[in-house]
Amino acid sequence: MTAPRPVQETAAMIRAGEESAVEVLEHHLAVIDAGEESIHAFNLVMGDSARDRARAIDAQVAAGEDPGPLAGIPVALKDNLCTRGVPTTCSSRILEGWRPPYDATVVTRLADAGAVIIGKTNMDEFAMGSSTETSAFGTTCNPHDLTRVPGGSSGGSAAAVAAGFAPLALGSDTGGSIRQPAALCGVVGMKPTYGTVSRYGLVAFASSLDQIGPFATSVADAALLFDVIGGHDPLDSTSLNRPTPRVLSVLDEGVDGMTVGVLTEFLDGADPDVVARVNQAAEALAAAGARIEEISVPEVALGLSAYYLIAPGEASSNLARYDGVRYGVRVDAEDTVAMNTATRTAGFGAEVKRRIMLGTYVLSAGYMDAYYNQALRVRTKIIEGFATAYARCDVLLGPTAPTTAFAIGAKVDDPLTMYLSDVCTIPTNLAGHPAISIPFGPGDDGLPIGVQLLGPALSEGTLFQVAAVVEAAAPALRVPRITTGAPS
Amino acid sequence: MTEPARLTREDVAHVAALARLHLSDEELDLYTGQLAQVLDHAADVASLDLAGVVPTAHAMAVTNVMRLDEPRPCLDRDEVLGQAPSVEDHRFRVPRILGEAP
Amino acid sequence: MTTEWQMVIGLEVHCELKTATKLFCGCPNVFGDEPNTNVCPNCLGLPGSLPVLNQQAVELAMAIGTALHCEIRPSTFHRKNYFYPDQAKDYQISQYDEPINVNGHLDLPDGFRVGIERAHMEEDTGKTSHAGASGRIHGADYSLVDYNRSGVPLVEIVSDPDMRTADQARAYVTELRAILVASGASDGKMEEGSMRVDANVSVRRTVDDPFGTRCEIKNLNSVRSLGRAIEYEAGRQIALIESGERVIQQTRHWDEGAGRTEALRSKEDAYDYRYFLEPDLVPLVPDAEWIRAVGDTLGMMPAARRSRLAALLDDAGGMTDAQRDQVTTVVDLGLDDLVVVAVAAGVGSGLALARTANEAATDADAARVLDPKSYVELLTLEAQGSLSATQAKSVLADLLAAGGGDPAAIARDKGFEAMSEDSLADTVAQAVADNPDEWSRFCEGDDKLAGFFTGLVMKATKGQANGKAVAAELRRLRG
Ligand SMILES: [Mg+2]
Ligand SMILES: [Zn+2]
Repeated sequence: MTAPRPVQETAAMIRAGEESAVEVLEHHLAVIDAGEESIHAFNLVMGDSARDRARAIDAQVAAGEDPGPLAGIPVALKDNLCTRGVPTTCSSRILEGWRPPYDATVVTRLADAGAVIIGKTNMDEFAMGSSTETSAFGTTCNPHDLTRVPGGSSGGSAAAVAAGFAPLALGSDTGGSIRQPAALCGVVGMKPTYGTVSRYGLVAFASSLDQIGPFATSVADAALLFDVIGGHDPLDSTSLNRPTPRVLSVLDEGVDGMTVGVLTEFLDGADPDVVARVNQAAEALAAAGARIEEISVPEVALGLSAYYLIAPGEASSNLARYDGVRYGVRVDAEDTVAMNTATRTAGFGAEVKRRIMLGTYVLSAGYMDAYYNQALRVRTKIIEGFATAYARCDVLLGPTAPTTAFAIGAKVDDPLTMYLSDVCTIPTNLAGHPAISIPFGPGDDGLPIGVQLLGPALSEGTLFQVAAVVEAAAPALRVPRITTGAPS
Repeated sequence: MTEPARLTREDVAHVAALARLHLSDEELDLYTGQLAQVLDHAADVASLDLAGVVPTAHAMAVTNVMRLDEPRPCLDRDEVLGQAPSVEDHRFRVPRILGEAP
Repeated sequence: MTTEWQMVIGLEVHCELKTATKLFCGCPNVFGDEPNTNVCPNCLGLPGSLPVLNQQAVELAMAIGTALHCEIRPSTFHRKNYFYPDQAKDYQISQYDEPINVNGHLDLPDGFRVGIERAHMEEDTGKTSHAGASGRIHGADYSLVDYNRSGVPLVEIVSDPDMRTADQARAYVTELRAILVASGASDGKMEEGSMRVDANVSVRRTVDDPFGTRCEIKNLNSVRSLGRAIEYEAGRQIALIESGERVIQQTRHWDEGAGRTEALRSKEDAYDYRYFLEPDLVPLVPDAEWIRAVGDTLGMMPAARRSRLAALLDDAGGMTDAQRDQVTTVVDLGLDDLVVVAVAAGVGSGLALARTANEAATDADAARVLDPKSYVELLTLEAQGSLSATQAKSVLADLLAAGGGDPAAIARDKGFEAMSEDSLADTVAQAVADNPDEWSRFCEGDDKLAGFFTGLVMKATKGQANGKAVAAELRRLRG
């Protein structure tokens, strides 16, 4: 496959007036036109506003101004990022028609960097899912095989980038919702350290775990996007008020002298072809000068259980506001309790209801300590376990997901099995750490496999540095048949 | 830590009411089974002896985040009310409220 | 009803903080604006919005803690989850098991000490109004919600169940209000809802019995209602027990018109608030330096202010009971600085206290912002005899209405030209001449007639004569 042109190059050409933002946009809109019907990556393609925006970027360039590092670059947004005046649904009926009166901080930062928002991507309803099948607006298909899921919950963003609909996209990652679909769709996806990217304007799923991060076709493109969206935001109290690592500038620094730990717990339940790819990536890192070690962090085995107590607990509270009073859909009834109930019963899908009830249960009187508080103690143990590992290793290596993309419908009626597909991504969220998924060749079925690099808090620089070396050694993937290639 | 009792159909009906969700009889059965399965899986966590371990609610230890007491622009009222399912007299209209606020 | 019955009373006071903006967003914290104009994504609970803590609200909470002798501690915020249409997020952010202020006390003016369990921060809800004949929630066809108050900062002050009489409860709320005003934390306006009191009341047969089952009374909008409600509720509980029934723990509503408490009708019989740590906010860890800095900015508390006034009167020979009440009034209204300034300028403490407690107090809001210089000038004119008491009161009313001014000029404009001694002497002489019988009785020692002649002079001068000057002139003529 011919690699898409680096975003930095495209932006440089647009800034130099050698290519117009309108041309770049029209190319992507044409690709969407050709492929969206079969993939359904978007809840909304913003053709008109994107064209206005691209023309404005070109006008800025013509006037001698610099629109910024993402000048004229189309970016797709997960549909849980608030966009002023533009429907933001979280792929839920309950928010159908809602137009936020404000922009998320990341949306403002993209605008300030010259990006062109091309559309809002499909997702699991309120980001609850691992396959994008819980969307109220239909599932998204994996561009590599339309009978397979794209992963989730940011499946629309992953599929959009994989299909060439947009060179960049944003997703949110609460338990793997960027990295797992990135792996399944064969693109790069990264979950930043908790607090490095503002959550202001990200519709909350589980507030202590949610982070926004980039999707791209290359490590360098992801780095560029991360540098644009990261940094302190006074509108988010959990935003870290300290220098955010800049990653683009350190990409070429190599791995010589680094120690990479292969995380044995993550290999345990993974398919053999996935394990083989992880080992191949480890060999490539060794060849580039890293020391490879097998390392065990037994506590991560508890991550899945802890996550499915903590995340639903927070979600049950975060989703209480969808009550039919102030915005969104209402189903009318005699009294307010009945109206709330009718609205929520009609407005939420099965997975959301499942998690709301699970979360309500674990927070309720009598169960709080046995479940929710206990899960928070496990969280402490997981952080301690990682700390022991990072005392010896710079980064950890493992698979992103235990399998390649599974068939649409295969797990949708079996929540626990579905939850297990997040087993390798969840511990990072519980610890608040960064991690990145890099495509690393096809599996036995020809579908993409992702390898994951994990690091301690604020180690984004190191992660991207190692990721660049992994990427350079990655076996080629089959071109998704929908993709028609980048403009040349 | 002793494991809590197994989730019952009544528990699910109770949390559904707390969460303002209505479940049909079939749904009650379905969700009771599914949620019990997830909680059974969580038994590995619930049964651990973690006495003395401090719970982590925030992964990053940050304290004292505040803003100055300075007004910021409010939203345009028409824009706000324009999103509401029902409005009267510049207020959000809701059906009868049966009980006082707790 | 047997005499040994004893009431046990604990009070929960919600106090709105006097900040410019709300607790977690930059919307203005003002009373009485057009509905839904002071709202933003946060206080409307819009998806994706996040709270950011107001530093001024924290410092006012710390000031309250300091004034109530609390321990100021590291604290956290929790979510209290319940559905209600005035609660924009369907949870309230409130301090739960780690409040900022704990273990304080408040001393009533008579020295009785009431323990303060905690004083914690939380956000207010929006306001519902009910459409229908009664205007009340029951029987309403539907309701309307205004979120202007949503997110307004509150401090909830929870007393220990230390009070034993309705009078103590009244005194506690009065003193607490004065402390909140003095600390600058609140305007203490119960009628605008910026101070709201809930009372927990139980009864027991003797002081040695354990506490009885308590009821919580809500909707107490004045100190008067508080006292009435407690008396009623205690009587209700005693009657129940004496007739062999049990008191059921419940929340009751005070019906001011009917003069009784009624059980609240609540949809859900038991609430399960599912408190958990608010993940969108981080812990608050005030260090000693910050706590000290806030304490340093704290004004003088009411008890100290009362002692200060008492000392001024002691210098002048001690306090009468009436003056003791005046001192309390002046301090409660935050007007004691006016007295202190006037006395320092040479005005007698009795006059300064009386004018402040009786006249300035009638418009305390205006008096608090009155230029003290004008006030001192006015009292000086009165003390010197250049203005009569009636004239001084009239000028003061103008000063309060205008927020200040030159008292002498106002007096001139009103025609209160101080009377020259000559013209006063002429008027007195005329009155004497017109009433020879009364004059001779006065000369024979009937002092009551001084009032008769003063009255005539006042009538003749339309109240402009100074009473003391008239008396002096009468004594001089009598020889
Ligand atoms: Mg409260
Ligand atoms: Zn606001």
